[in-house]
Amino acid sequence: MSSTLSRDTTVNAPTLSNGTDWLIIAGLASVAAVYVRAFLFTPPEATQGPAQRILYVHAPSAFVALYLAFALMALTSALYLWLKDEKLDRVAESAAEVGLAYTSVVLVTGPLWGKPIWGAWWTWDARLTLTLFLWFIIVGYLVLRGAIDERGMRARYSAVLALLAGFLIPFIHLSVYLFRTMHPMPIVLKPSAPSMPGVMLVTFTSAFFAFTLLFAGLLRARYRMATLRDSLADRENDR
Amino acid sequence: MPDAALVRSAPPGMLRASWLIARKDLAIEFRTRTAFLSALVFALLAATIFFFAWDATAVAASDLAPGVLWVTFTFSGLLGLQRSFGVEQADRAIDALLVTPVDREAIYLGKAIANLVFVAGVEAVTIPAVMLLYNLPVGRGTLALAAIALLAAIGLVAVGTLFAAMAVNTRLAELLLPMLSLPFFVPIVMAAAGSSAKLLAGRPVAEAWPWLRILIAFDVVFVVACTLAFPFTLEE
Amino acid sequence: MDFRCSQLSLFRRTPPPYLSGMPSAAFPPNDASPILVAEALVRAFSGRRAVDGVSFALQSGECLALFGPNGAGKTTLLRLLAGLLAPSSGTCRMGNDASRAGSSPRGLVGLVSHASMLYSALSARENVEFTARMYGLPDPRAAADVALRTMRVADRGDAPVRSLSRGLQQRVSIARAIVHEPRLILCDEPYTGLDAAGSAALSAALDERRASGAALVLVTHNIDEGLALATHVAVMQRGRLARYEPRADVDASGYATEYRDLVTADA
Repeated sequence: MSSTLSRDTTVNAPTLSNGTDWLIIAGLASVAAVYVRAFLFTPPEATQGPAQRILYVHAPSAFVALYLAFALMALTSALYLWLKDEKLDRVAESAAEVGLAYTSVVLVTGPLWGKPIWGAWWTWDARLTLTLFLWFIIVGYLVLRGAIDERGMRARYSAVLALLAGFLIPFIHLSVYLFRTMHPMPIVLKPSAPSMPGVMLVTFTSAFFAFTLLFAGLLRARYRMATLRDSLADRENDR
Repeated sequence: MPDAALVRSAPPGMLRASWLIARKDLAIEFRTRTAFLSALVFALLAATIFFFAWDATAVAASDLAPGVLWVTFTFSGLLGLQRSFGVEQADRAIDALLVTPVDREAIYLGKAIANLVFVAGVEAVTIPAVMLLYNLPVGRGTLALAAIALLAAIGLVAVGTLFAAMAVNTRLAELLLPMLSLPFFVPIVMAAAGSSAKLLAGRPVAEAWPWLRILIAFDVVFVVACTLAFPFTLEE
Repeated sequence: MDFRCSQLSLFRRTPPPYLSGMPSAAFPPNDASPILVAEALVRAFSGRRAVDGVSFALQSGECLALFGPNGAGKTTLLRLLAGLLAPSSGTCRMGNDASRAGSSPRGLVGLVSHASMLYSALSARENVEFTARMYGLPDPRAAADVALRTMRVADRGDAPVRSLSRGLQQRVSIARAIVHEPRLILCDEPYTGLDAAGSAALSAALDERRASGAALVLVTHNIDEGLALATHVAVMQRGRLARYEPRADVDASGYATEYRDLVTADA
């Protein structure tokens, strides 16, 4: 039976960069570049006006939150239950925290976009509602982690939760979709990506890359912090 | 030298062990009855309060009923689930159970069955009470309502039992159980409310079927997933 | 049992180097195969080693009295031996069967701890019968009756456990632990809360089980009770066995003082 002693973490712990974290800087720079391009070089949309530019923040964040952060969380949790490697647990934890930030961005920009465009703060739009539930799930995950001190139990329990949440999200999506088809909501203008003219499309897709880059940087930094925290705790326990 | 002790006793198989554990849990619950009565009274009170929270002239009571029913069902179910693992934690009785050769999954199934009986018992009183208070038509829809309630209870209990097992070992047990479970209860409530609204209004079953399909799929997926995940919640 | 520890001096203070992390070659083959063999058992929680390399073997009819200060890891060790915890490394084997590393075949182990492990709303009889059913005994009711009578608590068998005094609850808990006639009985401070009659019943029951071939591990703070039942004596400190010797090598009158000196020296 392979040893699960966490002493092993102290040996190869990646250090929180003593120098600059280039990945995060690159991420931030590209997000800034997208903003610049969005405001200065991309014309506002005809029907919606300047508020439409929130889409360049809203849509990529939603993509990263669900398909990158949450998927990574659920996947590494499943792998942790199988392989029992602490590194997987740290990745899941980092993905959850960074994912929470992105999810919050989606939930804030959604109403900010909705009010000037549709006249309503919240319309129970299928994707936005799914993101709301994702937010609840990630918060529950982090609260659960906060309520358990022992590292092994904390990793196991949160892995179980994340794995089950991975099964839940499709059900929520289906339920909300069915709910909306059964209860017709006021028709809402829904500008979506495919009908965009070229210059907006370029801004749109580069926004996706920028936010993904930033996600990777934040994830890595958070992971390093988790490794450092755990190896510090190990060293304290050995004393 | 053959070891006589190993040969002599044959530990019960998974189904029998689950049944024995469920029976034990129900015996304990029956002795005190406080949790059952609390959940029941809560459900009835909630149904009553909801009635006064809405303007009865704007919305017909019978239209409100499905929503009220499933919301009270969810929260009274949570009350029952809270106590589910408390009895094992109190004097570490769970350790005695874990030392025996019984399958770990049987512990989960046994507790889930006991919780199901508990929730079904509360529902058996609450549904007629809601039908009375909200002037729901008694007819073909009633049987369908009972069936939906059973399906919803299975899903509720499957997820709730697992999270109760986890929550009891943490610092914030009473807060964590609702917080973790409620997102999982949302598809159940939506499906149950959607299908029961259709059936109570006398619509054909085919219209409720999309919701029922979601409910059944949810039950199947989560009973299996939670049974398999349960051993991970035990200290190893 | 051919242990070099029989040459341990009673006045030795430093733990002999070979007792922690002992390789399996140090356990010589024996005709009567041991009931329990623990090799280099380690268990860590969040990096801290509660059990740090414990090795020993127990034959049928032996009783190991395990002393040690609070926090030494005795409870964790018992939970490892009972199969409630998996070791971080090392193995724990039971019977002839070299089972999977880290688990003891359940059905052979009885556990008594200071928590009663009973359902307080049920009666003593129902508790013990339930455990008997979980072990798959052919006649649970009769087995429960025998166990309750052995611990002299059968007359209060039908009252709910919560109405019994702490001492009586402990007796019921012991009855529950021995109902399936286990080959290995692990006791974690079982004398806590027992009166003279209860202690006598417990000692008699444990001794009877030991005479019929079971092995015992007895964790206790009560040196006299421990020495009375023991065939081997050990002291656990900071996750390791600081001392391990046969009972015959121990001088009962002086042991208490030595033990106290040993544990306060490191405090």
